[in-house]
Amino acid sequence: MIDVAVVAFTQRQEAAISGESEVEFMVPLMEQAKASVGLTQSDMGFTCSGSSDFLAGQAFSFVMTIDGTGPVPPISESHVEQDGAWALYEAWVKIQCGGIDTAFVYGYGKSSPGSVRDVLATQMDPYYVCPLWPDSYAIEALAARLMLEGGHVSESRLAEIAARSRASAASNPHAVRTDPKSVAEILAEDYVIDPLRPSDLPAEADGGCAVVLATGDRARELCERPAWIRGMDHRGDAHTLGVRDLTSSASARLAAHHAGVAGDKIDLAELYGPFTTSEHLLIEALGLDEDSTAVNPSGGALAAHTMMASGLIRIGEAASRIWRGDGDRAVAHATSGPCLQQNMVCVLEGD
Amino acid sequence: MSADRPEARDPLAAPAALSAPVTLPEALAGAEPVESVCTPIRMAYTYTPGRALSRYLRAMADKRILGERCGATGQVFVPPRGVSPLAGAATSEVVELADTGYVESFNITRVPIERRPDLKPPYCSAWIVLDGASVGFLGLVINLAPEEVRIGMRVRAVWKPDEELETSAANILGWEPTGEPDEVITDYERIGRIEASDP
Repeated sequence: MIDVAVVAFTQRQEAAISGESEVEFMVPLMEQAKASVGLTQSDMGFTCSGSSDFLAGQAFSFVMTIDGTGPVPPISESHVEQDGAWALYEAWVKIQCGGIDTAFVYGYGKSSPGSVRDVLATQMDPYYVCPLWPDSYAIEALAARLMLEGGHVSESRLAEIAARSRASAASNPHAVRTDPKSVAEILAEDYVIDPLRPSDLPAEADGGCAVVLATGDRARELCERPAWIRGMDHRGDAHTLGVRDLTSSASARLAAHHAGVAGDKIDLAELYGPFTTSEHLLIEALGLDEDSTAVNPSGGALAAHTMMASGLIRIGEAASRIWRGDGDRAVAHATSGPCLQQNMVCVLEGD
Repeated sequence: MSADRPEARDPLAAPAALSAPVTLPEALAGAEPVESVCTPIRMAYTYTPGRALSRYLRAMADKRILGERCGATGQVFVPPRGVSPLAGAATSEVVELADTGYVESFNITRVPIERRPDLKPPYCSAWIVLDGASVGFLGLVINLAPEEVRIGMRVRAVWKPDEELETSAANILGWEPTGEPDEVITDYERIGRIEASDP
C-alpha cells in the first residue's frame, strides 16, 4: 500500500453564494489549495471532482468548473456525481495504482437556486417513491420517529447533539449556524416536521472545498505534519428504505470496521450527519466514545451543509487538525443518499 | 458432463426467480398489465449566472458585447465565464468587443429542429470570431442564402429592435455580411485552437 496524506485544504461555505457561479467561487479555493503547498496544476498527477447536475440544474455542469483547474495542456481528470469525498477515494485508488505522487480533489454545490429538500426526492426509487415526492426532511423524520419510539434515542439526546454543534461552530468561520442555544432552548423549539425541530436539521449552505493529496516523501516535503490516510472504506445500504433498519447504520459500521477505526484511540471525529439523528447513529456505528473523542469540532453538517462538499470538508477539517497538532488520530466520515444510505469512513493519522 | 456438476445455464435465459409464475389474487386475475407509467418531474430553479455572465447579459441589453481578458495569457474570451481555462485563473479585465467579426467555420442545416419553428431550414450556423476576441462563438448567418456563406466572410450583428432588447443573448438575431473584403485565413490548422502559454 502506498502511503497517501492530505497536505492542503481550502473551503468556503455560506448560506447562499448568489452572485457568483460555481467556477467563479471555486477558482480562488483551487488556487489557494495548490499555492499553499507551492504546487500548480501541472504538478498534479490526477484531478478528480464531485458535484451534481441536479443542484446546478444543468447537464454536464462540472465541465464548466474544470476550466478553473487550468486543464490545458490536457490533464488526467475524472468526476463523480457524488460528494467530493468519493472523488478523494477515486484519487486515492488512482494513486495506489502507481505512477503519480500527487492528486487534486475538489467538491462543490449550490443548493440555494432550488429547494434542496425537494431536489433530494429525485434520488429515491423512480417508480415507487420519487413520484410521491417525499422531501428529505420528511424521510429523515420517519427514521427519527422509529428511533424515538423504539427507545434508540431521546429528544434530549438529539438536543444535546444540536447544542454541541452550535457551540463548536461558533469558532468555525465557515459555519452558517453559529448562534449558541442551550438544550432547554432547543427542546422549546416548535417542530418543523414532527419529531424534528429546526436545530435537528442541516444548515443548508452553498460552497465548496479543495484538497491536495501527496504520497510518502513528497507529502513530507510539502507539509510539516502530513495527515496520513491509514484506512478508508465505503459501503452502501439497500436503496429501498423499507428493507432497511433505519434505527442503525449497518453500512457505516462495516465501513468503520474495514477502515480500522477501532485500532486505537480516536482524538477527534468529523462526521457528516446532516441531522442530529444521523449524527447519533454514526457515533454508535463508529463506536466512538464522546468522553475521549471530540465529535465534530467544526460543528459538522448541522452547522453548514454544503451538498457535494460536506463529506470532503469533513476529511479536510480532520486533516487540518492533525497538521496543527490538535490530535494524532482522527476519523472523517462522509455520507450520501437518504437516511445515511452510503457511508465512507477515513482514518487519518499524524506521524 | 458429470452428474455432480450443475448443468451449464443458458446465459440468455431469465433467472429462475423471474421465470417462476407469480401467483395473483383472484381479484387481479385477468387484469391488464401496466405497459408504462408517466411520472412527470419538475424542479424550479432560480438560476443566477454569476458575475461574468451577469455583466455580459446586462451589456447585451445595451447592444454591447463584453469579453474578458486573461491576465496570464492575454487571450480574450467571449462569452465570458470569469475564468481562463488556459491559465486556470480568474480573468482580470473586462473588454468591450466590436459587434463585427468573421466566419471561422459554418454549417448548413437542412432539417427542422423540434420546438424551434423560428429556425426555417436551410439555415446557416457559424462560428464567429469577433474583432478583438481570441475564441469564436456561435451565431446564425442571416440575410443571405446559406450557400453564399464562406470561411473568412466579414459579418456584423443584427440586433433586435431597441424596444425589444432584454438581458439576453437572444438580442442578436443573427450576423449579416458587411461586404468588406474577406479575412484571409492561411493557417487552417490553427482554427479553433489556442495554445497554452508555458507556465
